[in-house]
Amino acid sequence: MKFAKKLMALSLAAVMAGSCLTGCGDSSSKSDGSGSSDGTIVIGGSGPLTGSAAQYGVAVKNAAQLAVDEINKDGGVNGVKFKLVFEDDEADPGDKAVNAYNALKDKGMQIMLGTVTTGSCLAVIDKTKQDNIFQITPSASAQDVIKNDNTFQVCFTDPNQGKASADYIADNNIAKKIAIIYDNSDAYSSGIYNTFKAEAAEKGLDIVTEQSFTKDSKTDFSAQITAAKSAEAELLFLPIYYQEASLILAQCKSADYSPKFFGCDGLDGILSVDNFDKSLAEGVMLLTPFAADASDDATQKFVKAYKEKYNNETPNQFAADAYDGIKIIAKLVEKEGIKADMSASEICDKLKKAISDGFKFDGLTGQGMTWSADGAVSKNPKAVVIKDGNYSAL
Amino acid sequence: MAFLDYLINGISLGSIYAVIALGYTLVYGIAKMLNFAHGDIIMVGGYAVFTAMVTWGWSTWVAMLFAVVVCTLLGITIEKVAYKPLRKASSLSVLITAIGVSYFLQNLALLIFDEKPKVFTSVVNIPKINLFDGKVVIKGETTAAILVSVVIVVGLSLFINHTQKGRAMLAVSEDKDAAQLMGINVNSTISLTFAIGSGLAAVAGMLLCSSYPTLTNTTGAMPGIKAFVAAVFGGIGSIPGAMIGGILIGVIEILGRAYISPQLADAMVFAVLILVLMIKPTGILGKKINEKV
Repeated sequence: MKFAKKLMALSLAAVMAGSCLTGCGDSSSKSDGSGSSDGTIVIGGSGPLTGSAAQYGVAVKNAAQLAVDEINKDGGVNGVKFKLVFEDDEADPGDKAVNAYNALKDKGMQIMLGTVTTGSCLAVIDKTKQDNIFQITPSASAQDVIKNDNTFQVCFTDPNQGKASADYIADNNIAKKIAIIYDNSDAYSSGIYNTFKAEAAEKGLDIVTEQSFTKDSKTDFSAQITAAKSAEAELLFLPIYYQEASLILAQCKSADYSPKFFGCDGLDGILSVDNFDKSLAEGVMLLTPFAADASDDATQKFVKAYKEKYNNETPNQFAADAYDGIKIIAKLVEKEGIKADMSASEICDKLKKAISDGFKFDGLTGQGMTWSADGAVSKNPKAVVIKDGNYSAL
Repeated sequence: MAFLDYLINGISLGSIYAVIALGYTLVYGIAKMLNFAHGDIIMVGGYAVFTAMVTWGWSTWVAMLFAVVVCTLLGITIEKVAYKPLRKASSLSVLITAIGVSYFLQNLALLIFDEKPKVFTSVVNIPKINLFDGKVVIKGETTAAILVSVVIVVGLSLFINHTQKGRAMLAVSEDKDAAQLMGINVNSTISLTFAIGSGLAAVAGMLLCSSYPTLTNTTGAMPGIKAFVAAVFGGIGSIPGAMIGGILIGVIEILGRAYISPQLADAMVFAVLILVLMIKPTGILGKKINEKV
């Protein structure tokens, strides 16, 4: 009996000592992001996996994992494979985002994909700058996110959509006389409106009337629609969210006014509004980086793979942004000949130069994507048109 | 042409305000309390029609009847549970309770129907009228709103002045205690008032959601407040006053949005409230009642 007790104590002590050794060993080799010797680069992802914004974070995590698996299945790039570690930041703009970031560093993150939401991203950009980690965010779209030189975006910066919309309308000769209805009390909407207006003037588009509304009066648009109608606008530009847009479409119809409609990614989602009469949206054009129903091969392949892997769920724009993000990282790693044993800082120095130096990327969310040194992406936006109750590429 | 269009839209919006304002005015005139939950009963009416028509697939008329019944019962329940125990309390307590009921209804709707907006299917089936080669269009909803509000005003006036229940309401509005001494059941009269007011709210909800087909838990909040302004403008307590006030407020709002600034349109509506209170506190058709000392 006494002997058994002693044996047990001894073996327990041995287990404890052992686990301590392995634990210490693991963290000491990874915590400074100094690279691993097994030929794998660790990409750290951060986004909301729980809470109200969880659908965005989960989409990013799933799509990023899908991209990583695809790359590894093909043998990696230059023999280097990737590993994705993902932490939940709950879209919190404070401590939780920083904690998630620190956890990623502990897990040996060498490159960062994230964060998913703007608030969390602003909480960590100065940390990644300090630690000199290359950071590319799939979907944080505010201008401030990319103020440091090591941070880049896959998605459009908000106001850029206005410029891109004006360019698209002018270059494809869609309309000359344009009316705008925008939300004067919303930064997204008025940001797009301002850049649209400036670019439209440059491109010779004629803005016949500018109408606005505020968050307190966003159900009655009859005055705005009458103004657009009597100014004989051929196209109604709607840099707003889909709820108000669905009302404008209905009210235009009952006023017997049928201009062309053009919107930005805020309109994405209009077809999934409860009880929405889809025929109202027929012919609406919108500038969105990604439509799951688009017919091009790359999109089809991605949607199919995503659905197979994740319970037949249709990927959204966030998933596509994340998928592109991983592929962008892989392509940069290939181009610069990054090795898995390089430190995060070394990788960052090389990648941040490389991405704005003649690098071009064709992805799900845009063709011929290039980056300026300030971190904003320049890509030809994809315009989609709503046809037979579905999004289809223009 | 554009002016005529704005005017018609204004009258259309104003008729809806008028129907809502009638509910405010009726309850204030008789129970002497401001039922700030009135706007949210409108929202409940909207959701009732939506659920009956879209979720359960009922026909339009049955769905409309269902909504009126739901709102009427809700109105009576609210009165019994929240207002009746406070009959003798100060008007401030009742007002605060009404605001509480308003928030309760809004959050209950959020819990049941979640935050995603619903698109409302119009219950109006009247063809639109084209004037001047299609330059001016009168929507079916506009015609319906104007007709319904006129019918309600005439009907209510007849009811109040020419039926026994109606005269009982008038008596309660003038002097509760004296009415009771004359053998009028004050409690049931007030319940009836709430029932009619809430039934009107259901009608207003249908008109509102048919014209502006979106439904969220705050759908009734802003129209409710503007209709309150309309009721004060027309003279609170006065039925034709609510109609006139409603239409004027709607026209002011739309013309302001068109010719002055969309940002200032709401501010102008409330500026009207302040002006009315300063210049003629009893409103356009309000009666001046001399307080007995």
